Parts: sequence; structure tokens; C-alpha cells
Amino acid sequence: MVNLTAAEKTQVTNLWGKVNVKELGGEALSRLLVVYPWTRRFFEHFGDLSTAEAVLHNAKVLAHGEKVLTSFGEGLKHLDNLKGTFADLSELHCDKLHVDPENFRLLGNVLVIVLARHFGKEFTPDVQAAYEKVVAGVANALAHKYH
Amino acid sequence: MVLSDNDKTNVKATWSKVGDHASDYVAEALERMFFSFPTTKTYFPHFDLGHGSGQVKAHGKKVGEALTQAVGHLDDLPSALSALSDLHAHKLRVDPVNFKLLSHCLLVTLSSHQPTEFTPEVHASLDKFLSNVSTVLTSKYR
Repeated sequence: MVNLTAAEKTQVTNLWGKVNVKELGGEALSRLLVVYPWTRRFFEHFGDLSTAEAVLHNAKVLAHGEKVLTSFGEGLKHLDNLKGTFADLSELHCDKLHVDPENFRLLGNVLVIVLARHFGKEFTPDVQAAYEKVVAGVANALAHKYH
Repeated sequence: MVLSDNDKTNVKATWSKVGDHASDYVAEALERMFFSFPTTKTYFPHFDLGHGSGQVKAHGKKVGEALTQAVGHLDDLPSALSALSDLHAHKLRVDPVNFKLLSHCLLVTLSSHQPTEFTPEVHASLDKFLSNVSTVLTSKYR
């Protein structure tokens, strides 16, 4: 669960309304793979990820980024029950995908940076603070069913 | 994680574009850090941490100058930052986790002010640079 005030929830939703999920999802995932290259270990089946250029133009990366951010966006509609909302995905990431939850935190950090890049001044310190709570909450929810 | 020649070029180019804004940007990063990660405020009980604080601005200038020093000595960070390394180890004793938080907020600040220049490769180089600076500053902790 995240502890967001009503004002913070409004800030989060208002900003999200302006997000192009396809564009930002692709950017966030591709930046994750470029900035933290060891994360490519989960995507060997995506083809060429050997250089930053290859990653940034890889259609599978961009499509997957969109998928991930769409799911994140769904979570924003259930901020009072992130653990419940992401329960199935948590099990999937543990049992089938074998993803270390640290990677959710890395992606969360990258997402905040991508939002800052796109929204500039509008991404004020308090909007950032609200989003930091959200990404931490989502990361925790995705890690919750790990065993 | 060693800085490649490309990384060094990227870091120098970014910092050159930052120019005179270094103090302001670092002050902004500090403000972002205090808002997003309230535990970091525990190191500044003697400061006014409100928006626009003169003390935060002054601290931004200090840290900004240190980063400028670091950018000018990418081939020898341990030597260039030796005094600061001693200070953090023996006097300030800021828990190592906090360097990641400030580094993250510096990246947020830079990306918001330089959206075009902040490409994924530049992002990677800056992340590595800040990580190296953090490692040097905590290198004498024990």
C-alpha cells in the first residue's frame, strides 16, 4: 500500500493523463537496458541488444516497454490495493520469469527520470515525491509474492 | 565500473552545458531529495529545508563546485576528492545509501533541464560518473 495524500493522488493522475504510454514505455525500458546493461539478461530472446543503438530501435523492446507501462498505468487506478492488483504478476515474475525484484526498483528510477525529461518544470519536487512513492509501492507489490 | 572515453566525453559535455547553473541545479537536486526521501533530512537538522532556503542554495553551491572539480579530474577521482573523502568518512559519516538518492535526484534534475541532450548514452555515462564519485566519497569509511 502507498501512503499518498489526496493531493498527491491528484498530481499523479493528472500527470499520467498526459503520458503517451507507448512512447514513454518504450523509452523507459530501452533506457533500463542501456543504463544497466546487465538487465539484458532477461531479454536475450528479443534479438540484437548488443549496442545502445540496437536497443533503442528494437521493436520487441519498444513493444514490451509499452506493455509494462500499460500495466503500471492500471496500477495507478488501484493505489489503495497495489499488492492485490499486482499479485498475479508478482507470481509470474518470481515463478516463471525469475526476475530479481531489484530490477523493479531500477526500472522505477528510470521511469521517474523519463517523466522528468518529458515534463520538465511541470515535474516539480512534489510531483516527483508522489511518483517516488508510487514506483516504490509498485516495486514492493511486484516483489510481494516472491518465495 | 570504469569510465570509457565516451563516458568522459559525455560527462564533460553535459557539465559544460550546465555551466553557471551548477549551483542551482544541485540545490534543486537537494530539494528534490529532501522531498522524495525525507530520511535524508536527518543529516541537516541545523538547516532550514523549506523551498528556496538560503542554506540549501549555499550547500548546492558547495556540492556543485566539488562536482565541477570531479569533472575536471575524471582520470583521477580518488586523488581529486581525497579531502572530501576524509570529510565524509570521519566527520559527516553519511550512510552510503544516501549517495544513490542524491545521484538519482541529480539525474532527474539534469534530465528535466536538458531533455534533448540527456540521451540514453549520456544518462548511462552520468549514472556511472555519479556512482564513481559516490564510491570515492565512501571509500575510507572502514
